[in-house]
Amino acid sequence: MKALGTRATRTSAPRARALRTHGGVSVRFDVRAAVVVAALVVAALAASVALIGTGDFDIPAVDVIRTLLGNGDPGQEFIINDLRLPRVVVALLVGASLGLGGALFQSISRNPLGSPDVLGIGQGSTAGALLMIVIFQGSATEVAGGALVGGLVTGAAMYLLAWKQGVHGYRLVLVGIGVNAFAVAVNGYLLTKADLVDAARAVVWMTGSLAGRDWEQVWPLLTLCAVLLPLIVAHARPLRMLEMGDDTAYALGVPVERTRVVLMTAAVLLTAAATAAAGPVSFVALTAPQLARRLTRSPGPNLVPALCMGATLLVVADWASQRVFGADQLPVGVVTGVLGGVYLLWLLVTERKAGRI
Amino acid sequence: MLVDSPPEPSAETAPAPPGRRAIRGAGLLLSVVVLLALVFASIAVGAKPLSMDQVWHGLFEDSGTYADIVVGERVSRTLLGVLAGMALGLSGAVLQALTRNPLADPGLLGINMGASAAVVTAISFFGVTSLTGYVWFAFAGAAVVGALVYALGGTRSATPVRLALAGTALTAALSGYLQAVMITDNAALDKMRFWTVGSLASAKMETIQQVAPFLAVGTLLALGLARPLNAVAMGDDTARALGAHLTRTRALSMVSATLLCGAATAACGPIMFVGLMVPHIVRSFTGPDMRWIFPFAAVLSPVLLLGADVLGRIVSRPAELQVGIVTAAVGAPVFILLVRRRRTAQL
Repeated sequence: MKALGTRATRTSAPRARALRTHGGVSVRFDVRAAVVVAALVVAALAASVALIGTGDFDIPAVDVIRTLLGNGDPGQEFIINDLRLPRVVVALLVGASLGLGGALFQSISRNPLGSPDVLGIGQGSTAGALLMIVIFQGSATEVAGGALVGGLVTGAAMYLLAWKQGVHGYRLVLVGIGVNAFAVAVNGYLLTKADLVDAARAVVWMTGSLAGRDWEQVWPLLTLCAVLLPLIVAHARPLRMLEMGDDTAYALGVPVERTRVVLMTAAVLLTAAATAAAGPVSFVALTAPQLARRLTRSPGPNLVPALCMGATLLVVADWASQRVFGADQLPVGVVTGVLGGVYLLWLLVTERKAGRI
Repeated sequence: MLVDSPPEPSAETAPAPPGRRAIRGAGLLLSVVVLLALVFASIAVGAKPLSMDQVWHGLFEDSGTYADIVVGERVSRTLLGVLAGMALGLSGAVLQALTRNPLADPGLLGINMGASAAVVTAISFFGVTSLTGYVWFAFAGAAVVGALVYALGGTRSATPVRLALAGTALTAALSGYLQAVMITDNAALDKMRFWTVGSLASAKMETIQQVAPFLAVGTLLALGLARPLNAVAMGDDTARALGAHLTRTRALSMVSATLLCGAATAACGPIMFVGLMVPHIVRSFTGPDMRWIFPFAAVLSPVLLLGADVLGRIVSRPAELQVGIVTAAVGAPVFILLVRRRRTAQL
């Protein structure tokens, strides 16, 4: 009962402010969410600098920043700009895409477990990639292509199978789980049929890795993010209404089905592209939105915080895996699971102590 | 939190009218008959198909002929299929009721992953190579993770969402560990890739005897929990007002689900999807009354598992497909079809 009391007083305190301009434009914004986003961005950038400095040849943070600003010496410039920066940029983009895709899916399905990992997008991408690895022994580019196609096909199949005079969020989740189970079966089958060398390669890919990523992976991902981000942000408000239920959203004037189609397509694209670039890095899409929600303590989709959280999580995980296990010993996906999982547990425990939830 | 949507008021919680009860009873009986037919098929079908006479001979007049030995091997496999199927279905039903989340399955609370992590530890660090050796490790892993999820989920103040999230978080952490071991140790990878799809092929009577006591306790607990879980489905406050003991029900449900799923996973590897799909389908025709869901889930899950196992032996004869693969490959389309056709019964 005590917990209930404190919660009531907490929510009644003013948290959201409205910014108004003279032109009559007003934007409501949440102070705590803004602080969280700023902190996450700073953390992501700091971790990026640390990650760039980490490797067989350590570079101090000051030199890293100087080189990034264009004043470094040629040797460091080569290492940083050509070798390490693309990897970090891929990490940031993949993390951001996964975090955002996860937040979108969780919000559309109205279920914290409705992330793309659970709904089969990740497994569908994996099936495409495994097919290339096991059957065709394809190159890295072909594997990435397979993953992209696999993810998109899975997303489309999921949507079409769930379609019945519109896609109901709940039915979508259930169909997604069925699709996921099917993809898992295909992957398990491919893995048992592969010879051990291919199986080992497949497992590394399935864990998600950032090793050896260069500018080739950056540009498609960056373009996609640049196109999709404004689109998603524009639909953030209808999405918030959608969380209240289809009927309420209709009543409030939200074009329910269109919003859902647009956002789902965007989420599938983001997830599939991220998976193609780095493999199905596990649990970022699942944990990042939950972590963000717990930090901002605000309801709603929390899209931007989830995006920042995903990017931060992946870069920190990559940095931790390089520091702890040595350069490129373990793929980043191993650490994201541990890091995200343990952090989520810690948040759950401290939340209980503080009497929230 | 979104997952904990208020339960829809339903007429089903009142005792069913006699006519409907009779139909359900008949349905249950029919399911048992189907299961028995599948048991028979599971003994008869395989790399060496047996005739009805041979099966009968092997079962009741065992005289040590080749066919009799084959029957003996397949009997233990079939028995394990029935027991594991029942355990998975029941634990799925219990967990869905406990978390009030229709997406809950034994994998959700990290129980499967706990077993997998323990088995990979056994293989990689303790050099265990026999399946009977895996059993205790898998079971211990499942039990430890089950207890941890409950403790981290907040014991007394555990809510469905917290339990689900704690399970997810632990799964994430453990799967990182699992993958790390599999990437660095190729020998472990070679064993694990076969263990993790789930199979009944290596069933032995010894394994069944190892896990049977746990299965029995878990099953009894689950069946006893049907009534309090019915109350829990109404939401915490209503359940309390109805006189249900929330903390005790939650704790016992976790124990029951962990025992059932841990034992099944220990015996035949993490078979996914059965625990999720069957209770779901069952709910669509029994309504939300756990007293009907549990028995139906206990009978129909082995139907799915055994059916998949038999099918796996038929489609790629003389080799066979692992049951975990067939279960998902056959079950998933059926599941999607059902989801599309029905107004899915919400918890």
